[in-house]
Amino acid sequence: MKRRDFLKVAGAMSLAGCATTAAPSKARVVVIGGGFGGATAAKHIRLWDASIDVVLIERDAQFVSCPISNLVLAGYSSMQDISRDYSGIARHGVQVVRDEAVAIDAAKKSVRLASGGEIGYERLIVSPGIDFTFGDLQGYEAAMKSGRVLHAWKAGPQTVALRRQLEAMPDGGVYILSVPLAPYRCPPGPYERASMVAAYFKQAKPKSKVLVLDANPDVTSKAGLFKRAWSDLYPGILEYRGNARAIGVDEKTMSVKLEVEDVKGDVLNVVPPHRAGDIAQKAGLITTNNRWCDVDWRTMESKAVKGVHVLGDATLSAAAMPKSGSMANNHAKIAAAAIVDLLNGREPAPLQIVNTCYSFVSQKEAIRVSSVHRWDAGKGTLLAVPGSGGVSAARSEAEGNYAWNWARTIWADSLG
Amino acid sequence: MHRVLLAAILASVALGAQAQDRARQLASACAICHGTDGRSDGKALPPLAAMPRDYVAAQMRAFRDGQRPATVMHQIAKGYTDEQIDALAAFFAAQKR
Repeated sequence: MKRRDFLKVAGAMSLAGCATTAAPSKARVVVIGGGFGGATAAKHIRLWDASIDVVLIERDAQFVSCPISNLVLAGYSSMQDISRDYSGIARHGVQVVRDEAVAIDAAKKSVRLASGGEIGYERLIVSPGIDFTFGDLQGYEAAMKSGRVLHAWKAGPQTVALRRQLEAMPDGGVYILSVPLAPYRCPPGPYERASMVAAYFKQAKPKSKVLVLDANPDVTSKAGLFKRAWSDLYPGILEYRGNARAIGVDEKTMSVKLEVEDVKGDVLNVVPPHRAGDIAQKAGLITTNNRWCDVDWRTMESKAVKGVHVLGDATLSAAAMPKSGSMANNHAKIAAAAIVDLLNGREPAPLQIVNTCYSFVSQKEAIRVSSVHRWDAGKGTLLAVPGSGGVSAARSEAEGNYAWNWARTIWADSLG
Repeated sequence: MHRVLLAAILASVALGAQAQDRARQLASACAICHGTDGRSDGKALPPLAAMPRDYVAAQMRAFRDGQRPATVMHQIAKGYTDEQIDALAAFFAAQKR
C-alpha cells in the first residue's frame, strides 16, 4: 500500500463521517457487503457502542431486496418498492464507502479496495452473499452472455430483465425454472417464484405454462403448503418435477439439459449452484465443499481466519438453518454483540436468534416458516429449540399482510 | 470500608448495564417483525416499545402455552424460557415509543 492511498481513503472517510461523536474512537470495524447481513451488523455495532468506528464497503449505490423481488416478476411490486439507499445507516454514523473489496490481508488487518486504497481494521465482517459456480452447468456462461438465460437470483438488473422476458413471451409459451440442489439461497424462493409467474400467467397469458425442474427430490420448504396452493390455484398451469437436475443449458435451442433429456422452453430461468461470494473465496474463508464458510456460532468468527466474522448465505449453515434474509440479519446481531463485547474486554455470550420467512403464493396470500435457534454448548453449534417453530396453518391474506409488514420492518431494521 | 462499598456499587451497576445490554441483544431477534428496539411503524402490529411489562410477559406465556391463538407467535414463544420472557418484557417496557 502506498501511504498516499491510505491517507486518501482515510481523509475521504473522515469527511464522510459527519462527526457524530466527539469521543475518540475505541476501534475500527470494517464491514464488507451491505446486504441483510452487513448493513445490519454495521448499524447495530453503532447502536450498541457508538465509540466504535464502522466502515461499510459496498459496491452498489442501493440495496435491492431479494425478498419480495418475486412479486416484481409478477407485476405486483416494483424495483422502487424493494430498493433502499444507504442514507439510513449513514445516519447511525456508519461510514459508507462505495467501492469493492478485492483482497483481505488478515496478518496486516487491512482490506484492499478496487479503487486502490486500503483500510485497516480491528475486526472485519465479511457478508459477501453468494456467487455462482457457473462451471457446474455446461454452456451456462455463453447462455448468460447472450442475455437469453437468466438466474435473477440476486435482485437487480436480472430481475428487471426476467420480468421483460415474461412480458414479451407469447401466450402459450413455457417458462422453465431450474432449481439447484440444496443448500442454496432462500429455500422457499424458487417455489414462491413459480407461484408468482403462474399467477401472472393465469391473469395475463392463461395458455402458458410454468415448468419447475428441481434438482432436489421434492419441494425443499413448506412443501405441503406450496403443493396445496398449486393444485388449488394453478392446475394445468404449473407443473413440478423433482429429481430433475440441470447439467447444461443451450440458448440456441432454448433448452435445459437434464441427465436423461433436453427440455425446451420459451423463457429459461436457470439458477446455478452457489458458493460463498467471491471475496470469501479470495480471502481463504471457505472451509467446506469448496462452497461455504464455517463459523463459531457464538461470534460468527471464521474458523479459518482469526479476526474475520462471516455472515449470511455465505456461512456453512447450522442444522435446520435456512440461507435467508432473516437469518443474515440475525447473524449480524450475533456478530455485532460479540464484537462489541470483544472490543470492550468482555467475554461474548451466545445469542438466541429467530428465523421467519414468508412466501407469496398468489398476489395477496402468503405462507410462512419460522424457527428459533439456541446455542448448544455440548454440540458446539446453534440448534433449533425443540418444540418451537413451524409453518402457517394455511395460506391466507392475513399472512400476506404480515409478509409485507415483515419486509418493511426488516428493511428498516437492517438499513434504516 | 467506603472504598469497598463503592466498588460493590460500581460492580453491581456494571452488572446491571451488562444485563440490559444482553436483554437488548436478545430482543433484537424480534426486530425483523416488530422493529428495532420494538419500535414498529404500527401498521400491522402494535409497537412493543413501552408496552407494559406484565402484559408482554403474560401474552408471551399465553402464546407459548396455547392460551392465545396466533398466526406465528405460538410457534416462536415456545422457543423462549420464563427467564428470557421476563427479560424481554422488562426491556420493551423500558423503551420509548
